[in-house]
Amino acid sequence: MAKIPVQFTLNGSEKAEFVDGGTTLLNALRDKIGDTSPKGGCHQGTCGACSVIIDGEIRLSCLTLAETCNGADIKTLSGLAEGGVLHPLQRAFLDTFATQCGFCTPGMIMAAKVLLDHTPNPSRDDVVEALSGNICRCTGYEPIIEAVLLAARANSQNAA
Amino acid sequence: MALALQTFATVKDANAALRSTGTRYLGGGTLVVRAANEGDVSVSGLIRSTDPALSAIEIIGDNVRIGASVTMAAITRHPNLGTLTKAARAVGGPAIRNMATVGGNLFAPAPYGDFTVALLALDATVSTDDGEMPIEAFLAGRDGSRAIITSVSFTLPQADGFRFLKVSRVKPKGVSVLSIAAVLLLAPDGTVSSARIALGCMADRPMRAKATEKALLGRTLDQHGIAVALAAATEGIAPITDPIASAWYRTEVLPVHLGRLLLG
Repeated sequence: MAKIPVQFTLNGSEKAEFVDGGTTLLNALRDKIGDTSPKGGCHQGTCGACSVIIDGEIRLSCLTLAETCNGADIKTLSGLAEGGVLHPLQRAFLDTFATQCGFCTPGMIMAAKVLLDHTPNPSRDDVVEALSGNICRCTGYEPIIEAVLLAARANSQNAA
Repeated sequence: MALALQTFATVKDANAALRSTGTRYLGGGTLVVRAANEGDVSVSGLIRSTDPALSAIEIIGDNVRIGASVTMAAITRHPNLGTLTKAARAVGGPAIRNMATVGGNLFAPAPYGDFTVALLALDATVSTDDGEMPIEAFLAGRDGSRAIITSVSFTLPQADGFRFLKVSRVKPKGVSVLSIAAVLLLAPDGTVSSARIALGCMADRPMRAKATEKALLGRTLDQHGIAVALAAATEGIAPITDPIASAWYRTEVLPVHLGRLLLG
């Protein structure tokens, strides 16, 4: 079967790849492009480990076909740090020990980023809701929620 | 196995392509891509349409038409669909709601399909290129359905006339133990003049609670008034058993949650 050309923006850089029909965005990112920050957990849309931001919305790369992303703007955890400086969310995850095995972390942080992009000062309930599609099996949710709230506080202090 | 995806500008062309054996329609991907990921070899090709009408929401007066490609997230954001927000938010977490479509939800097997439970209570009409049909008829024959759903239509209920409840073990997002949607109209004396109640997880697809509806007519929505309706709640149900809950458990808790919904 012929390869299918796909072009999109990934973390600010133009990408052009040829993929097999039916290739998920998750597999295209990891296997073709080498961005291994989205994790393949359940491949059923349940765990959220593969979450990426597509055109400003949090989505599951395991259930998204790469060829449907032509022209899309895609952001993954790999693009968050700038110039070697961690994003406030990444910093907060470290500071609150919200990362144990780290497998869920990329999806958690991307889901949290969308939340903070739209709601800079979220309530705890807002954070819980935003992360409700992401499963963690080892860290526990409290440090993760605290990390997102800490990042929000840091952002608002920087903005003040 | 490679999956060929064909994209068509019109539903008519997509319908024609969907006649090929092994093809499935791709909406948001939460059902069909998941099936492919799980190794469903019956899927060899995917069809989709980018027809803008599929993604449109039209509200004229109380008449609502929601395109089949409209996502749950789009419904929650719509300023005039606040009545349905709770039902749309019952579907998955934020990422799923950004992908899951109204059309796809119509095909979601229990314990999924919570939004369809709401549509069933609303007595929605399901449209394809070939025409329209009541949602009950559609759900009864959905396993053999090959036509692409283009939209669902219904009359928007008054805010206090529509009730929705999803019960899950994990909060705020979790798979349904059960879901209930009700459209209730009250007479001036406070008795129920019309009741349409739909249940999720009480069969392999959303179903009407017809015995409950009948028992509510002429009754008041208080503990005494709903007693007969609750006694009839399990009539005709055949709940699913899954890792979330057994059929026995679902049967036991249905009257409890139905009572809470009716009492407000």
